[in-house]
Amino acid sequence: MLKGSSPLIFERSTEDRFAYSLPDLEVEKHELSDIIDTKFIRRTKAELPEISELDLMRHYTELSNKNHGVDSGFYPLGSCTMKYNPKINEKVARMPGFANSHPEQNDKAIQGSLEIVHDMQEHLKEITGMDEITLQPAAGAQGEWTALMMIKAFHEANGDHNRTKVIVPDSAHGTNPASAVVAGFEAVTVKSNERGLVDIDHLKTLVGDDTAAIMLTNPNTLGLFEEDILEIRDIVHEAGGKLYYDGANLNAIMAKVRPGDMGFDAVHLNLHKTFTGPHGGGGPGSGPIGVKAELAKFLPKPLVVKEGDSYRVEHNVPDSIGRVKPFYGNFGIFLRAYTYIRTMGPDGLKEVSENAVLNANYMMRRLEGTFELPYKQHCKHEFVISGSRQKKMGVRTLDMAKRLLDFGYHPPTIYFPLNVEECMMVEPTETESKETLDGFVDTLIHISKEAEEDPDIVLEAPHTTVIGRLDETQAARKPVLRFQREDIIEEKE
Amino acid sequence: MSHRYLPLTEKDKQEMLDTIGISDVSELFSDIPEKVRFKGELNIKPKKSETSLLRELGNISKKNITTETHVSFLGAGAYDHYIPTVVDHVISRSEFYTAYTPYQPEISQGELQAIFEFQTLISELTAMDVANSSMYDGPTAFAEAATMAAGKTRKKKVVVSKGVHYQAIEVLRTYCKAQGIEVVEVELDGSYTDLARLDEAADEDTAAVMVQYPNFLGSVEDLEEIEKIAHKHKGLFVVNSNPLALSILTPPGEFGADIVTGDTQVFGIPTQFGGPHCGYFAATSKLMRKMPGRLVGQTQDDEGNRGFVLTLQAREQHIRRDKATSNICSNQALNALASSVAMSALGKKGAVEMAENNIQNTYYMKNQLKSKGFEILDGQSFNEFAVKLSKNVDDINDTLYDDGFIGGFNLGRVDEKFENHMLIAVTELRTKDEIDSFVERLGEYNA
Repeated sequence: MLKGSSPLIFERSTEDRFAYSLPDLEVEKHELSDIIDTKFIRRTKAELPEISELDLMRHYTELSNKNHGVDSGFYPLGSCTMKYNPKINEKVARMPGFANSHPEQNDKAIQGSLEIVHDMQEHLKEITGMDEITLQPAAGAQGEWTALMMIKAFHEANGDHNRTKVIVPDSAHGTNPASAVVAGFEAVTVKSNERGLVDIDHLKTLVGDDTAAIMLTNPNTLGLFEEDILEIRDIVHEAGGKLYYDGANLNAIMAKVRPGDMGFDAVHLNLHKTFTGPHGGGGPGSGPIGVKAELAKFLPKPLVVKEGDSYRVEHNVPDSIGRVKPFYGNFGIFLRAYTYIRTMGPDGLKEVSENAVLNANYMMRRLEGTFELPYKQHCKHEFVISGSRQKKMGVRTLDMAKRLLDFGYHPPTIYFPLNVEECMMVEPTETESKETLDGFVDTLIHISKEAEEDPDIVLEAPHTTVIGRLDETQAARKPVLRFQREDIIEEKE
Repeated sequence: MSHRYLPLTEKDKQEMLDTIGISDVSELFSDIPEKVRFKGELNIKPKKSETSLLRELGNISKKNITTETHVSFLGAGAYDHYIPTVVDHVISRSEFYTAYTPYQPEISQGELQAIFEFQTLISELTAMDVANSSMYDGPTAFAEAATMAAGKTRKKKVVVSKGVHYQAIEVLRTYCKAQGIEVVEVELDGSYTDLARLDEAADEDTAAVMVQYPNFLGSVEDLEEIEKIAHKHKGLFVVNSNPLALSILTPPGEFGADIVTGDTQVFGIPTQFGGPHCGYFAATSKLMRKMPGRLVGQTQDDEGNRGFVLTLQAREQHIRRDKATSNICSNQALNALASSVAMSALGKKGAVEMAENNIQNTYYMKNQLKSKGFEILDGQSFNEFAVKLSKNVDDINDTLYDDGFIGGFNLGRVDEKFENHMLIAVTELRTKDEIDSFVERLGEYNA
């Protein structure tokens, strides 16, 4: 792999080169200024790069070689479910009948796409135990917001205008409180107890007639199952609030327990996590939501319904919260997820969760002698360990994470959840073999030994990557967010 | 091993159970309350082998009418454009598509640099100071511009032209409702925003004046005049814009726009039933620290090598939680990469040529229709315009399918006053023959 920096594509640009092949213009060409007022015709061209096709491919190939994906190596990033992205999914998403389907056609011209939408909804209903599903939200965070908007509409339809608060555990993903606020609520934090679970006594002091909902991830971000879930359900429901399920960790419990059966009223799924839509370097995702019947009339529009043997788009949804996303959501992503579900079948999905949980517990037990394990009970699909012992030797979790890079591993999620000191959150997923898990565990134990015997090698890591640790303070203090020939832009304020 | 994605053998499982100190995997689930445990089997379709699943899904895909089977004059926010073959080869490199958000910069320089280049390309096209790493799509980017403007100006009203894509207005309404922001819609005059009404609607309480360029009916709005209205009362000027058009039209940044949003589907992304596409969000540097979404910035390592990191993260939900400027987390990174590759393949000249061919083809088709006596809702068109027909557009489209055409968008679905109006898109991919025979067909059905 090339060490050091790569030129930007703009720095590889040479006047008069190109990498395109447009069809010839066949109609009579008029002066542009006869068609469009010169005031609206661009005087200086946008500085797009000029490069031949081979050099373009080499540029991006060089960049790809500087990137670590699941196909490159183990990626135990907690809460992100970095499992294998099946190649058949990619093939299906590129089928011309799907890839070139336009959403604004008459129903009869989109029966294939609508069939996928409808059958996916049916599958997700069963997997989540919910009554209705919409595939519209673009990602988990948008799913959270959409469902909270529906919960708001529900309370308001009941004349319940004072339910302004959404309860969120201290271990929750950052999107939970952010989505609550964007949906017009106030976020209130409930503490975790010494076992890493929602503190029931604290919860009791928080609920009341101003409670709109509680948002829970179960298993939570510590990888622990909220075993008091039925008590939590009763406390929140008795106060008149709704239960929201953050589906980020659904990979732990498929066919073991369903959000709908646990008493949740709304749920979002991250199809790019549990259901193998690839993460794409940050997106696109897909964040369908499922709801119980009493919330269904508030679903975002439009709806896709089946009538006899054909499918229809229903735009007339009088109580809908409105549209949250153009067209029908990220079809290309839920098509991949649908392909995955059909590949696995019911027993396959059950074994996915069993193996994901088995892998995590195995790693956790192998690591607990070397690292502080803050919560001793069995975990689900992920677990947290603390680097607090190593910190006493002068080596922080960040340093160990950077050292893992030298061995070809993507580090676990670090410093999250916020309630565990020097936290490392490990999620192996079910698609990894025992040999891979052993290799990673052995390496972490080795790094801990280095911390004791030769801390500098850890403190100065990484040693083998294309670039060293980067100066993030400089990046934020004087932001350079684009390439400019005249060099950097000054922040005007 | 029972499935090709699940590598644990029975022997592996036994060894792992021994290490954990349990005898059965079910013990790992014993903390789930007995009452709610799921027993039995999920009632979903049984698993299928690779070949038979491909056959089944292939057959379903063939039930769609697509640009593969028909000649399309449909746009309305999702367009049939040239996609350079290199695009799919780059985004199929699994180092890109199987990676997560680049939180570990040392092993994510490829993605980070690609995003930095995307930010630069968008800044160039829009003539804005900064652009983020992408948003879900054009309409949600547009809606976030409104909530950001309201946050920045501390005003609770936005004024939006009905020349904006109808779905973008619908999404805007949903986002604004949540935060108590009033949305005032301004009518069109012909195919343009009625500037007198826009001027009336915008006042001291207006956080933003929001238009689309070219607008939903394909016409190039007069941003010079609209800018004056937007800034008269110190509101922000927000423009939703097709980035392909901006390679040939004067960019909103040169007209004083504060925020420019849109969708880069036009560059290298198939329509794929409406998503995933790729939103972009560009702004002046004054607004940089209020922007939603991820930003990649340039910096250096300890040896002085240039490198890239996610920066200004204090705006974002994973740091700021309930104080974040937006709840966005996942974005459209892979599609931003696809658009970057397409923009780079086209380059400085190709993007202009492609945009101009849209204008010329559209101009030609409008003239052909006019010469046949059709009534056009005319304007200075980029690649769309509305034509009045004598019958319901959905009915005509149903017939056009039999002739091998995907007809234009039924504008009557959006607004009663556009009943029997078809919004026609003519991209660079349409040949003269295709245009001529479509015009001929429309003439026959309209008779």
